[in-house]
Amino acid sequence: MADYWQPVWLTLKLATITTLVLLVLGTPLAWWLARSRTWWKDLLGSLVALPLVLPPTVLGFYLLLLLGPQGPVGRLTDSLGLGTLPFTFAGLVVGSVIYSLPFVVQPIRNAFEALGERPLEVAATLRASPLQRFFDVAVPLARPGFITGAVLGFAHTVGEFGVILMIGGNIPGETKVLSVAIYDHVEALEWTQAHWLAGGMLVFAFAVIFAMYRLQQRWQ
Amino acid sequence: MNGLEIRLQQRLGDFQLDVAFAVPGRGLCALFGPSGSGKTSVLRAVAGLLRVPAGVVKIDGEIWQADGRFVAAHRRALGYVFQEASLFTHLSVEGNLLYGWRRVPPAQRRLGFDTVVELLGIGPLLPRATLSLSGGERQRVAIGRALLTSPRLLLMDEPLSALDHAARRGILPYLESLHRELSIPSLYVSHDANEVAHLADHIVLMDQGRVLASGGAAVLLTRLDLPLAQFDDATAIIEGTVALHEHDYQLTWVGVGQERIAVAGTERPVGSRVRVQMHARDVSLAMGARRDTSILNLLPARVCGVREVGRAQLLVRLQLEDGQTLLSRITRRSGATLGVHEGLSVYVQIKSVALIGA
Repeated sequence: MADYWQPVWLTLKLATITTLVLLVLGTPLAWWLARSRTWWKDLLGSLVALPLVLPPTVLGFYLLLLLGPQGPVGRLTDSLGLGTLPFTFAGLVVGSVIYSLPFVVQPIRNAFEALGERPLEVAATLRASPLQRFFDVAVPLARPGFITGAVLGFAHTVGEFGVILMIGGNIPGETKVLSVAIYDHVEALEWTQAHWLAGGMLVFAFAVIFAMYRLQQRWQ
Repeated sequence: MNGLEIRLQQRLGDFQLDVAFAVPGRGLCALFGPSGSGKTSVLRAVAGLLRVPAGVVKIDGEIWQADGRFVAAHRRALGYVFQEASLFTHLSVEGNLLYGWRRVPPAQRRLGFDTVVELLGIGPLLPRATLSLSGGERQRVAIGRALLTSPRLLLMDEPLSALDHAARRGILPYLESLHRELSIPSLYVSHDANEVAHLADHIVLMDQGRVLASGGAAVLLTRLDLPLAQFDDATAIIEGTVALHEHDYQLTWVGVGQERIAVAGTERPVGSRVRVQMHARDVSLAMGARRDTSILNLLPARVCGVREVGRAQLLVRLQLEDGQTLLSRITRRSGATLGVHEGLSVYVQIKSVALIGA
């Protein structure tokens, strides 16, 4: 039974950590993308959106090279005594953050753009410093964007397969997440187990999307 | 130096902003001009929301911008009321009012929370969500929110223009009482001559990014060479002192120089300074002091300017004995019959006079 729940638990852990990391990193990035006027913002914007169109295996392939013992990042982590990231849970987090980045950044960026200048100008004339304007006005007003971003980032990470297979492999308790477990069950012709996991995923994904729509309706 | 000193030069889109003026550090100064004349840009530059390189903005000698110094908007002690109320939708009315209030150190608060709430009549709205308010209520909350930062200067950008006629009439008295009871110097952008006549002590007339004229409201309103006098509802402002209440007839007499003007009865105490407004089209001229007419207000005056408007009408500027000026709009035919010319002594008959802020 523990075996059975292990991939589920691992998947939820991965998705939660990934979402939190993405909210922390993605928020300033979305803010900058929404408000910067420099020409190279579109360059960075495109880079952020790349995982939307790139096959996950391509992403995983390059990550493997980059993070592996011969890659520049791999050498760095190794020299810092951290070992290399591929085939570890930490490696999965790094891969998932990159893979789900656009799903979190884009909705938050859209919400920030929809705000316009006005509320921030109003706040400035009410003595709010730039940081206060961001936390007291921009973030609460962009709340629907944060909800959407968090939900999509979480759900997308739960459904991740290609990148994980490339950089994480199939180590139970470390990198064997739900989608990989389902794949394994199907390979081993264990249809019952595959059904349970796949059906569970289906219900979960539907519930998440449905809840998100309801929440957004409420706040409109 | 006391007052507000502004010098701004910048290319903005397809026109050149080039203004320099100084206005007194008290009362309400209207920035008046057609849409696109640069009024809002001036206001935004004063607030620090628009950065005009090499601009100068000083208030009572304190530098907000000059010589490479630029004080950020949130460090300027100002209140800003935008064209649309722009309330924070994630906060209640009370939350909006408190947003600026709690950022001002208690020692620097010059206006009490309850005072402002009462003055604007927004007490019952405090717990409401901003989206449930009417346009006029929203704008009153926005004004209150700005006032609660105890600003040294209140900037208002056409605060009534987004409102319908009824809401506008509903909010004007609040602006007037604000003006009367709090002595916060204000800069008020408007393209509505009536609003300006109601509220302004000082007027800066703008057109195409430049200042056409700047001066006391009463004088500028009646200058024949300026656009204010040429509007259909051109109006003049006369200052006076409440002299007498004639309760039987529901009339109040306002002393102007040696003369008296009757207005609809008011509660203002005898001796208080008031402003009355009279439209040019409600002022007619007579050669003698005829008492066999239904018109109560009959004052001796001297013609100090005549200008044709359109083909059929004349705009006549008149000076009362105490030096205050008003306008009369008459037909050219009447002008010819009476022989109206500069220097002529006449009697003005005023059909309708409104007390401002009654």
